[in-house]
Amino acid sequence: MTQTQAEIVPVLTQGADRGARETLQEWLPKLVLAPSFALILLFVYGFILFTAVLSFTGSKLLPDFSTWVGFGNYVRLFNHPNWIVSLKNLAIFSVLYIAVCTVLGLGLAILLDQKIRGEGFLRPIYLYPMALSFFVTGVAWKWFLDPSIGLEHVMHTWGWESFSFRWIKEGKMAIYTIVIAAVWQSSGFVMAMFLAGLRGVDNEVIKAAQIDGASTVMIYRRIIIPLMRPVFLSAFVVLAHLAIKSYDLVVAMTDGGPGTATWVPALFMQKFTFGRNEMAMGASSAIIMMMMIFSIIVPYLYSELRGGRRS
Amino acid sequence: MSAAPSQDNAARTGIIARAVIYSLLILFAVYYLLPLYVMVVNSLKPLDEIRQGQMLDLPSTWTIEPWLSAWSTAQIGVSPTGLKPYFLNSILMVVPAVAVSTLLGALNGYVLTKWRFRGDNMVFGLMLLACFIPFQIVLIPSARILGELGLAGTVTGLVLIHVVYGLGFTTLFFRNYYEAFPTELVRAAQIDGASFFQIFRRILLPSSGPIIVVTVIWQFTNIWNDFLFGASFADFDSIPITVALNNLVNSSTGVKEYNVHFAGAVLAALPTLVVYIVSGRYFVRGLMAGAVKG
Repeated sequence: MTQTQAEIVPVLTQGADRGARETLQEWLPKLVLAPSFALILLFVYGFILFTAVLSFTGSKLLPDFSTWVGFGNYVRLFNHPNWIVSLKNLAIFSVLYIAVCTVLGLGLAILLDQKIRGEGFLRPIYLYPMALSFFVTGVAWKWFLDPSIGLEHVMHTWGWESFSFRWIKEGKMAIYTIVIAAVWQSSGFVMAMFLAGLRGVDNEVIKAAQIDGASTVMIYRRIIIPLMRPVFLSAFVVLAHLAIKSYDLVVAMTDGGPGTATWVPALFMQKFTFGRNEMAMGASSAIIMMMMIFSIIVPYLYSELRGGRRS
Repeated sequence: MSAAPSQDNAARTGIIARAVIYSLLILFAVYYLLPLYVMVVNSLKPLDEIRQGQMLDLPSTWTIEPWLSAWSTAQIGVSPTGLKPYFLNSILMVVPAVAVSTLLGALNGYVLTKWRFRGDNMVFGLMLLACFIPFQIVLIPSARILGELGLAGTVTGLVLIHVVYGLGFTTLFFRNYYEAFPTELVRAAQIDGASFFQIFRRILLPSSGPIIVVTVIWQFTNIWNDFLFGASFADFDSIPITVALNNLVNSSTGVKEYNVHFAGAVLAALPTLVVYIVSGRYFVRGLMAGAVKG
């Protein structure tokens, strides 16, 4: 399709050999892309299909396609108290995690954007937790919040005897300790996204507003923060899918406990599939997780890809 | 360069506002540093000092014994090997997985931007969506296919898994980066008779430094830090460091050696931490320019 006069002439003169090479060159890009695409088709979409089919069977310990139960697993799933707890926890966790990370990330970015001395020193401090795995994060915070060696103990040795902070041991509050640790891990990254956004704002707009007598607070509220719309959206998408996937952090901090107080869907899937030999139910829980993520991601990607094409 | 209504701000509300801003920033720096401080400080104390004192104190007797123990003698599951063999497993897993997925991502990005074909956006969309799947959905069939390939419980199997599930991100990074690369240069080289791979090697690759750094850091961090695949697919002798850390922390035999656990946690985090300290700034800049641009 990109052949020019200069290319066509030698093809004609040099005959079939050159022609074959031309054809190869034309097919080469697709041949190069093909293995990756094939791997993704099989390992992602093929496997999703496999899991979807599995979720309609009566599989227990191993995949078993001989018994069909229709939507039975989904009915059992939504009647199972552990799944309901998992969904509730996911709701609490993701709302708080996304909200706090966004507010903290934006707040820190705005503070850092005030021509701060030592910004180059502070920024990596806010950012480094994202280099740590959720697992190590969980291990660190588990100790830090453990009443017998952690924060409570420190306060006691400092003479504040009545200080009590044992959320991680309390069924009702344990999920909030996971939020604290997760926010610690991710908020620096959100800060970096907002900081990049703030640095991209056109200075002329701000100058003009200042000349019109707008206060700093007004400029942020009316001009700069509304300009951050795409960053809010990117942050939301990144955080929402991390929230729905969250697994390592819970395993490291509470392993679902106390009792089932901190179960989340990913943990439910793992425990039912590999711990309780309820493979089909595990598969149906994974399908629900995927549907939750796709309902957020697909519209986002669709608008991004179309927007990209237009510009 | 910076958006700075701040100059105005400082002039009007003066020193107090600045003081508030700085104290808030420092307060948050403490919040982010505290858990790391606790881990490092307590990994350098003898065990009875942890029990009697408290976690914020500096060690009164400094010792590297917990580190040596975590590295080579601590009980991991049933054998007293320390984290060393699993650290090596992680390296054997990370290096090829990062190299292969980055190379494939670069080639994919090159094809998707400079050799466009009908349906290329669809292909890219499907690869991109693959980044966001909850991995729970592929665990059962993955275990099965690894078994059928004879790769169950091997480091090679983990490499394959990490390459496949990293492809979406690596392709995204390179595709967004090459999108801004002038296509005319590619066409001109083509007219001069350069082949597909020559153009890639001589024209695109030399200017890909920043995005290679971003991709390598991203993949390195994600694969090194992975827990789920390691816990699901590795055998006893192929488990990566994160899973070994879990086994160390939860091994129920004997007293809980907190100092060894702390040392192990820092050890497991060390490679990614070093990468961030050395090149974090570069990473964020590249990521913002390439991926989150929107």
